[in-house]
Amino acid sequence: MSAFLGFKPALLWTDALLLLLVVAVLLVVRHIRRHEHLAAPWRKVALSRAGMVSATVLMVFATIGLLDSMHYRPELPREPGAPAGAVRYAVEMRSLLDHLLDPLPVQVETSYSAPLATQAFNKTSMESDSGTVRDYPRLKFGGAHLSDSNTQWATDISARVLRGTLWGLATGLAILLFAAFVRGPAQALSRLFRWLVGNGDDAVHCVAWTVLALSVLGGAVATLAQGYHVFGTDKVGQDVLYQILKSIRTALVIGTLTTLVTLPIGVVLGIAAGYFRGWIDDVIQYLYTTLNSIPGVLLIAAAVLMTQVFMDTHPEAFETVTERADFRLLFLCLILGITSWTGLARLLRGETLKLRELEYVQAAQAFGVSSAAIIGRHIVPNVMHIILISLVMDFSGLVLAEAVLSYVGVGVDPSMISFGTMINSARLEMAREPMVWWALAAAFVVMFVLVLAANLFADAVRDALDPRTRVRGVA
Amino acid sequence: MAGMATQGDGERGGGVINYMIRRVLYALPILIGVNLITFALFFVVNTPEDMARMQLGMKRVTPEAIERWKAERGYDKPLVFDASKQGVHTLTETIFFEKSAAMFALDFGQADDGRDIASEIAKRAGPSLAIALPVFVVGLMTMVSVALLMVFFRATYVDAGGVVLCVALMSISALFYIIAGQWLVAKVWRLVPISGFADGGDALRFLLLPVLIGVISGIGSGARWYRTLFLEEINREYVRTARAKGLSELQVLFRHVLRNGLIPILTASVAAIPLLFMGSLLTESFFGIPGLGSYTIDAINHQDFAVVRSMVFLGSALYIVGLVLTDISYTWADPRVRLE
Repeated sequence: MSAFLGFKPALLWTDALLLLLVVAVLLVVRHIRRHEHLAAPWRKVALSRAGMVSATVLMVFATIGLLDSMHYRPELPREPGAPAGAVRYAVEMRSLLDHLLDPLPVQVETSYSAPLATQAFNKTSMESDSGTVRDYPRLKFGGAHLSDSNTQWATDISARVLRGTLWGLATGLAILLFAAFVRGPAQALSRLFRWLVGNGDDAVHCVAWTVLALSVLGGAVATLAQGYHVFGTDKVGQDVLYQILKSIRTALVIGTLTTLVTLPIGVVLGIAAGYFRGWIDDVIQYLYTTLNSIPGVLLIAAAVLMTQVFMDTHPEAFETVTERADFRLLFLCLILGITSWTGLARLLRGETLKLRELEYVQAAQAFGVSSAAIIGRHIVPNVMHIILISLVMDFSGLVLAEAVLSYVGVGVDPSMISFGTMINSARLEMAREPMVWWALAAAFVVMFVLVLAANLFADAVRDALDPRTRVRGVA
Repeated sequence: MAGMATQGDGERGGGVINYMIRRVLYALPILIGVNLITFALFFVVNTPEDMARMQLGMKRVTPEAIERWKAERGYDKPLVFDASKQGVHTLTETIFFEKSAAMFALDFGQADDGRDIASEIAKRAGPSLAIALPVFVVGLMTMVSVALLMVFFRATYVDAGGVVLCVALMSISALFYIIAGQWLVAKVWRLVPISGFADGGDALRFLLLPVLIGVISGIGSGARWYRTLFLEEINREYVRTARAKGLSELQVLFRHVLRNGLIPILTASVAAIPLLFMGSLLTESFFGIPGLGSYTIDAINHQDFAVVRSMVFLGSALYIVGLVLTDISYTWADPRVRLE
């Protein structure tokens, strides 16, 4: 069947797990929507302006990350003389994002070039009619459509920005109209108008304008990217914008998949320690004190060094560079998870110790309800807010940790594009004269936006879900 | 463990000694656990053979070269049990005894460059401390002052703006603070050297920027955390009583709120003091400071397993010292707490 498609879907381990996570989140959302008492605090999140704006920004990041998680192997052109049925696929995997960004990934210059430049950053010797001259050569792709870059550049850029803004505006309005239509086809237009003018619901008003702003920004960048390198190129001539977009997936994978490890260990051990007490509590406490006592970076470094030894001694286990990098990414998530479940377990243990003394739990025990049933029925629902809060709070820390770990040399595989590897390879360029600042600046700014959005969203979730702040909010 | 009790002061001396003994006994299993984890990670998951193969290069490595590599480092013995030896030697002449258990006697062995790890650690602890200690002290004072300031102006735009600024500051990567600081202060303004280290009074020149950056990068999360802490305190009844007595808001903040907030402040900070010896990986490597942090990074980059193993052990030992110090500091901050 795949022969007709012209490509063969390929599933990396992290792709599969990310997909699983999305399905799980959707199921949880469905469950929450069906239960009023669960949905009520989330409605408070929906009323928070900062929370909803940051959620919108996070959605954009998530979309880019998910598009980049759908991999396939394109079909190779058939060799002359090959039998009709023989279809071969490329070894290198591409993602849906690569496909959408075409031809950005392959428009590689020879070396550095500044953002939106038409000429290279370094002088080279060129042959011309009047002998050899040293000058800045024109770029192969950046502004290649201009015949005279000096006179046409400014007009072309402003024309593109204008065109992109209009496109973005139209797309943004279309998205909002669609959303308004979904909410109720009857008064879609008037609802859209209300959203934009800000009559009534404050948070929705902010979200609407965020959507518009993001679409305009996206439109302008997209039109510019068709003719230029918007954020310049790096040492080997790769487009920085492309690297930034690819980094988002790495950051999201680390921030989310780690929780897949943290969650089961932390929840099971934390609740078990608090509920059963006695020697179980002692053993679990011993376990997390021991793990906690090892400085996190060192434990991660030791474990990653050992993975590297394993990967180097078993090269046959990995077919492609991508699979190898993916294995290391997955393992990094595993290690980060193993080092970071202790915080959650301690919180849950403390809360469970309190809950198990409550009258309804004691009553259930007196009736002879099994421990498993009591935990499932009474304990878990009552610690759910702690679990959710620590989930969203951990995300931003993990994204920041990735950059530091990659700098130390125990992060993601050097062949994998991430904020950490980008910063690491760009940091020495600050010493050049004149300075190559764009790759660093772009990586830091995008990372800052992602982490800030995550932090603001986490705050909104905590304010809505934490009973302590809920009480204080009323008082 | 620190417990609340009202005892006669006469018993106090004996209580502390008892406490210390129990605490050491409690720390031992944890250190053994750490030791076992590192042993498992470094010798069981991957055998010394794998490490040798990786260090010597994958291709064309002869069995003799591997054996020599292992013999040079003392990795040519059995892991935990040697049946060919007699009596006690079945256990002592093994990798576990010589490499892992020996760390309890602070015998860390040799690094790959042949130097003694223990003396290297002693030499490098000074420079690490020279940065980490000022960062800790100045940082803590700044965070608490900023937090008190926000609490003083609570429910105004100053407070709201402060919180937003804190969230923004904590969303910035630590790498950015260092890179931007080096670029702006050292390269553009030329106020201090970009990197390096010197002994004695000359060190100040080199320490100024890393300390400043260390303080700034911690303010965001720290100040926000202390603000929450003080805000919880400020709604208590004793604070209202203090105000009713006619104390000014500043007196209330410093004499009552700060004093009662000491326990959580100590919990968060005292445990970190012994770990200051370990230095900061990022700061030291960016500023070229010959401390333990850069030692660790170099070891990681050169895949010097002996050094990484020693630093893991040292780090956990210092963590446990920190827990004990925290308990002791409680008795100083809160007279009701007794060590027993």
